[in-house]
Amino acid sequence: MNVSRYTMQKVAFAIITTAAISVVIPLVLVIGYIVAQGIGALSWEFISAIPRNGMREGGIYPALVGTLWLTIGTAVTSIPLGVGAAIYLAEYAADSWFTRTIRLAIINLAGVPSVVYGLFGLGLFVIFLRFGMSILAGSLTLGIMTLPVIISTTEQALVAVPQSFRVVNASLGGTTWQGIRKVILPQALPGIMTGVILGLERAAGETAPILFTVAAFFLPRLPHSVFDQTMALPYHLFVISTQVPGMPIRIQYGTALVLMAFVLTMNLLATLIRRHYRRRRQW
Amino acid sequence: MEDSAVPKEVDWREFSIEQLIRLMGMSAIGLVLLIFLFLIKEGAPALLEVPLSNLMGQRWYPTFDIYGLAPLILGSLLVTAGAIAISLPLGVATAIFIGEIAPEWVREILKPVIEIIAGIPSVVVGFIGLQIVSPLVREFTGAPTGLTALTGVLLLAYMALPTIISIAEDALDAVPQSYRNAAYALSATEWQTIWRVVLPAARPGIITAVMLGVGRAIGETMTVMMVAGNAARMPLGLDAFLRPVRTMTATIAAEMGEVARGSTHYHVLFTVGLALFIVTFLINLVAAASIFRRERGGGGRFLA
Repeated sequence: MNVSRYTMQKVAFAIITTAAISVVIPLVLVIGYIVAQGIGALSWEFISAIPRNGMREGGIYPALVGTLWLTIGTAVTSIPLGVGAAIYLAEYAADSWFTRTIRLAIINLAGVPSVVYGLFGLGLFVIFLRFGMSILAGSLTLGIMTLPVIISTTEQALVAVPQSFRVVNASLGGTTWQGIRKVILPQALPGIMTGVILGLERAAGETAPILFTVAAFFLPRLPHSVFDQTMALPYHLFVISTQVPGMPIRIQYGTALVLMAFVLTMNLLATLIRRHYRRRRQW
Repeated sequence: MEDSAVPKEVDWREFSIEQLIRLMGMSAIGLVLLIFLFLIKEGAPALLEVPLSNLMGQRWYPTFDIYGLAPLILGSLLVTAGAIAISLPLGVATAIFIGEIAPEWVREILKPVIEIIAGIPSVVVGFIGLQIVSPLVREFTGAPTGLTALTGVLLLAYMALPTIISIAEDALDAVPQSYRNAAYALSATEWQTIWRVVLPAARPGIITAVMLGVGRAIGETMTVMMVAGNAARMPLGLDAFLRPVRTMTATIAAEMGEVARGSTHYHVLFTVGLALFIVTFLINLVAAASIFRRERGGGGRFLA
């Protein structure tokens, strides 16, 4: 009996360890494979030239710039609103049914399928507000989609600041807002930045929300204003891997590599900020 | 607050900032309502334009004004159920590994890795699906094409993993250490403790994890559109997994770009979106309720 339950544990742990390894292996293989297949396509021309010959030659410059614009637009729309909402939840809101309704709404916003955000953006921004398919409409759509991530990570960062900081602020005669602005926000900033970057990372890689709100199939120039359509990296990868016959495989992998690099760099940045400040933190 | 030593100007500023922040806090509620409103505004006309018997039909053929939603709904259910059947055991096992078994340094590596998996753009997953997974599926199953429901299931399972792992791990983490100590004191092995004590205590949280995983899988769009073959046929019979399938999300993404604004087809696609919104809303409502309950009551009473 004794032997069998220890054997049992060994078997169970072996299975569980195998499961965990099998979760990680595909990621490593896929990243390795994309790098191996895509690195050959990379050149200065690839990231700085306009696509030519039905996108089968040239570069991905307009798509790269478009994604950059959309990421900035997403940041501008989602950060102020998201951080504000998080401040309300962490510093002002009482534990009431009303607050609970807000939390419920945030959880639901996080669960709305990305393509439904696309429909919403089409209905509200593109058609109703007459922005047309534009960087503005796409950024607002992506911004709303990113909101729940920013709210929840910012709130966690705010709540993590010890209560004593608030007590000291009050004892020195500071108002709630003065305390937030001068004490709590600076302390929580690294955590907020980590959350914001992770949220923007998701937005940068999204395709479905921009399908009907901004993304252009092929537009061999840079956008002039926020009312312009633009190409975007994720949609470009979709287009060249499914919609264009005779597309050189090298260019497809090259585009996937650039997109992955874009997203993973943001991820790495978020991780580094978190590591760095966790070590320096005094509390 | 009413201290006269505080200058009026500060009072006024404090007040207006508070109101602004309160407004921002409420924005989430407003946005959910706004999304709902616009989906109804654009989707409801379909219910007037298309007879219910048409919408309930088994064929989706918009060119001929045939809008049977059953194949799309069943397609979404099929790939979602398949994906969860794979990612639930794999995800919970990985959560147990991270939370209960792995040494600290392995944990420190695995957590960011899971975050990276969550961050892979779905279009990249779809691309890998086209290039690598779909040829493998064709080879192993002998199906005429690699673009099948099974291909979608495998990729969706992988994409649902980060959600399931992180929430299941939170649930395991929330089980008080004293439960484990009590089990060890009764000379239970680590595995017996995990299997008989920790997992049952974490069950509500794990159910939440599964539900959010379902929400993630049912709403996934690009990957499914790229690899699942997109044939709007009733996915019935045992070999349904080996045939192409079309989900609700993929239908919207594939067709919305080509329909005329304000046409019946356009309205029906919004109705599909509305249905997706309602389904994920309900899933999240139940998941949220269980999260709130756990925060108040702790895991203890679920042991009984």
